[in-house]
Amino acid sequence: MNPIAQYNFAYLDEQTKRMIRRAILKAIAIPGYQVPFASREMPMPYGWGTGGVQVTASIIGRNDVLKVIDQGADDTTNAVSIRAFFAKVAEVTTTTHTADATIIQTRHRIPEERLRTGQILVYQVPIPEPLRFLEPRETETRKMHALEEYGLMHVKLYEDIAKHGEIATTYAYPVKVEGRYVMDPSPTPKFDNPKMHMSEALQLFGAGREKRIYAVPPYTEVVSLDFEDHPFEVQKFTEPCALCGAEGVYLDEVVLDDHGGHMFVCSDTDHCEDRRAHGHRGTLGADPMEAAHV
Amino acid sequence: MSDEPLLKVEGLSKYYGGRIGCADVSFELWPGEVLAIVGESGSGKTTLLNCLSTALEPSIGSAEYRMRDGVFRNLYDLSEAERRFLTRTDWGFVHQNPADGLRMTVSAGANVGERLMAVGDRNYGHIRSTALDWLGRVEIAADRIDDEPRAFSGGMRQRLQIARNLVTNPRLVFMDEPTGGLDVSVQARLLDLLRGLVADLGLAAVIVTHDLAVARLLSHRMMVMKEGRVIEAGLTDRVLDDPREPYTQLLVSSILQV
Repeated sequence: MNPIAQYNFAYLDEQTKRMIRRAILKAIAIPGYQVPFASREMPMPYGWGTGGVQVTASIIGRNDVLKVIDQGADDTTNAVSIRAFFAKVAEVTTTTHTADATIIQTRHRIPEERLRTGQILVYQVPIPEPLRFLEPRETETRKMHALEEYGLMHVKLYEDIAKHGEIATTYAYPVKVEGRYVMDPSPTPKFDNPKMHMSEALQLFGAGREKRIYAVPPYTEVVSLDFEDHPFEVQKFTEPCALCGAEGVYLDEVVLDDHGGHMFVCSDTDHCEDRRAHGHRGTLGADPMEAAHV
Repeated sequence: MSDEPLLKVEGLSKYYGGRIGCADVSFELWPGEVLAIVGESGSGKTTLLNCLSTALEPSIGSAEYRMRDGVFRNLYDLSEAERRFLTRTDWGFVHQNPADGLRMTVSAGANVGERLMAVGDRNYGHIRSTALDWLGRVEIAADRIDDEPRAFSGGMRQRLQIARNLVTNPRLVFMDEPTGGLDVSVQARLLDLLRGLVADLGLAAVIVTHDLAVARLLSHRMMVMKEGRVIEAGLTDRVLDDPREPYTQLLVSSILQV
């Protein structure tokens, strides 16, 4: 028996996919604008990427190659499960190599490797409304978007500087898209914000629980909000990746023992493995054979 | 003073179904003039104020406002974008309960700076120094700039609300019982402060109050309302010292003497 006989291709029925595609097309036409859509129940809990999965299911075809990352890693539960899900319900090829993928579904990171034309980055978004924590009323935030009243967003940045001496927002850092809509880039570190600007790849954002889809088409201006005298800056790391020696990438801190030992490693596992395969080594990145002799 | 009024109100009425909120109110407000609307609870004061500040749409009547370019526009014909822009730049609204007019979860400095950021100021240093200046003018210590209004007393909150409204140099300020809920000594200080600010900045103001002492201290002219209608209007001193309508006489004679 065909193992996917009981599912339609890519799990969702065709009418649902058409509905989501229409929302996606509208989102692409109005960069940064949150398009409501009739989000479906998915076979996973909210918060696990139901929005991203629905977007991916609507755009994926038999010839697509899918990569799924969670916090930059290809091997976490969330990433492995979603990859397995699509391998089962759409019978697509999956990969962990950024360059080989046509669709990359992501939670919390943009790959280090520059994305190119033809690739699509699908973000899983928990709370799509950048103004939500400042203004709880949906009716009011919609009006604020419509009338371009974004002063409140700067109130938040002002508070950061007043309290911490600098803009302390490190993730979900608000951006203005194509000079019009203020958008939440989902909880990616602000380190990744510059990668969204003039990206060659199409970027789609799906929020399942909040029932919103928004998009940044290729070659679109994406500017992080800031003050003239407190310009936008990304995180800087003092040491390179301990495994591959990469600099200028986003690093995760890994605790090694109970005595304060720790190391910084690439958050993008594919990027790190690729560099090591090409012979790059960090301070703790001895190759396994050598390590066995120590 | 200019030779044209700032606000021309004609035949303004607001009905709640069959009931009258306020009926057939007409007056002119001139630049720099403070108008008090007095009356007892339920007399239509707040309904009138909400209609003037465009929070409510009147059932009939018009209110023409002279914009900064000198052109009169009917407030109820403005687009929503224009109206919202007007309310956060050229106007102020001081609520009776400061929590209604403040953002309670952001610092005092951000509360004052919000309007500046809303009109496009993107320089942190400038926003902060303006906020400090305004906190000083409403007698809030500079070292409280990073405190949230939740940590402020009632009187301080009310002064902060005033600073937040005046930072964009509005020409017209609406106040709904600005001293309600404050104790007498704090009221006196606030009135003193308001009187100074209104005189220094040449603000026009419409103040709704049931407290005739507030009207006496702050306003040039007053209107007495009863059952939704204006029953007497005139210079404040004239109305209070020589009330003509029996109801006004009753109001004036009801003031407790200590």
